[in-house]
Amino acid sequence: MKWSEMFTSSVGKKWVMALTGLFLIIFLIVHAGINACIWANDGGVMFNKAAHFMGSTVVIRIAEIGLFLGIFLHIIQGYMLEMQNRSKRKMGYAVPMGNKGSKWYSRSMALLGTILLMFFILHWWHFWVPARFIGHEELTEIDINGVHMHNMYNLMQYTFQQGWVVIVYVLACISLCWHLVHGFQSAFRTVGVSNSKYLATITNVGIGYAIIISLAFAMMPVSMYLGWV
Amino acid sequence: MEQYSMNLTLKVWRQKNSAERGSFETYPVKNISSEMSFLEMIDVLNEELIRDGKDPIAFDHDCREGICGMCSMYINGRPHGPWQNNTVCQLHMRAYKDGDTIVIEPWRANAFPVIKDLMVDRSSFDRIIQAGGYISVNTGSPVDANAIPVEKDMADAAFAAAACIGCGACVAACKNSSAMLFLSAKVTHLALLPQGHPERRTRAMNMVAQMDKEGFGACTNTGACEAVCPKGISIENIARLNREYMMAGLASDK
Repeated sequence: MKWSEMFTSSVGKKWVMALTGLFLIIFLIVHAGINACIWANDGGVMFNKAAHFMGSTVVIRIAEIGLFLGIFLHIIQGYMLEMQNRSKRKMGYAVPMGNKGSKWYSRSMALLGTILLMFFILHWWHFWVPARFIGHEELTEIDINGVHMHNMYNLMQYTFQQGWVVIVYVLACISLCWHLVHGFQSAFRTVGVSNSKYLATITNVGIGYAIIISLAFAMMPVSMYLGWV
Repeated sequence: MEQYSMNLTLKVWRQKNSAERGSFETYPVKNISSEMSFLEMIDVLNEELIRDGKDPIAFDHDCREGICGMCSMYINGRPHGPWQNNTVCQLHMRAYKDGDTIVIEPWRANAFPVIKDLMVDRSSFDRIIQAGGYISVNTGSPVDANAIPVEKDMADAAFAAAACIGCGACVAACKNSSAMLFLSAKVTHLALLPQGHPERRTRAMNMVAQMDKEGFGACTNTGACEAVCPKGISIENIARLNREYMMAGLASDK
């Protein structure tokens, strides 16, 4: 097998989807962990320090390039697979199979992923673009222990005072949950880890992971909107 | 269960040949016994069509005992009809009641072009097998079957995979028209046996390459294939194929 077949053979393409997916699954834990610092209830000190560490550490900035490569590879490969797979049945069925044998979310990964992509664009516009490039009037600067840094906490507080933003974020988290419920176990299957010994564990850990991560992310805008932090 | 008879409405896909466009035709069928098999019910309808000077419905069938893999009908939105672990020929009319409407379609996939009505060309499966679904025995007298020890669990798992009859229901059920359940069963039953080991790397790579060439889609692990497989082939085999393919790819010199 040539390396190019990772991108041209049907199994190779799925390996790319699975490996980038697993990478993004690990990233989400880091992202949720950092963001969970808002619940320290210290006016954002811990969160700002954590965000500053992520933004100012060289190794993490390099990893960020890897993250973007991973996410775009996942998106592009995902759309290409979806288009190719759809083209394999030019004449469809009069009576669709529907849920007879598969779950709706396992068949809707591209749709759920598209909702997530639209959310990411909004999400990057809310936080990543102001922090890295253009700034924002609510992205003030503060000194914590003599270190000058962005007050990301303030930008977060401002963003999540808008009801529609909170609703969009929560809807995106619901999409994320379903995307992960299938994606987590599917990724393991694709990389060949799915003996009957592991299957139940992987599926259950996947469901647990999907619920916990999505709930954690969804509660962040909700907590701020409701004034809990 | 008591025997009963029923009147049904069939909506059957009719298509003259692979070039022409097909459409659904509606046929009422009367006095069908609950003891009949589904194919016998079609036989009854075909007898009537022939008597009326019309073209009978073409459909694939051979053994009619659930082991040859020829029958292939997509019935009311499910390959092989409503029963689990079952082929159409083993589907019996007691699955239906008087007044039911049954929609019958051929397998739909670009890699399975319709030959006529409900018959599809599944020679793409044959070409996948030809690409590596075998072991090479070059010369000498037949080797005693028990000369090579095989672990019982492995033999059982290989046998379970070898139960695949190549009917194509997995492709028909898959939203991606993927042949991965079929392919993985064929790769598994040889990969788990010592006789299959010498060629396992080239087998996985060549069979996947042929599958892609035939125009089947990629697997997204939805599980629809496993749910409709008349032989209960496990989707675990797909994970094994993914593993075999990648091990082969990483270890190959080219």
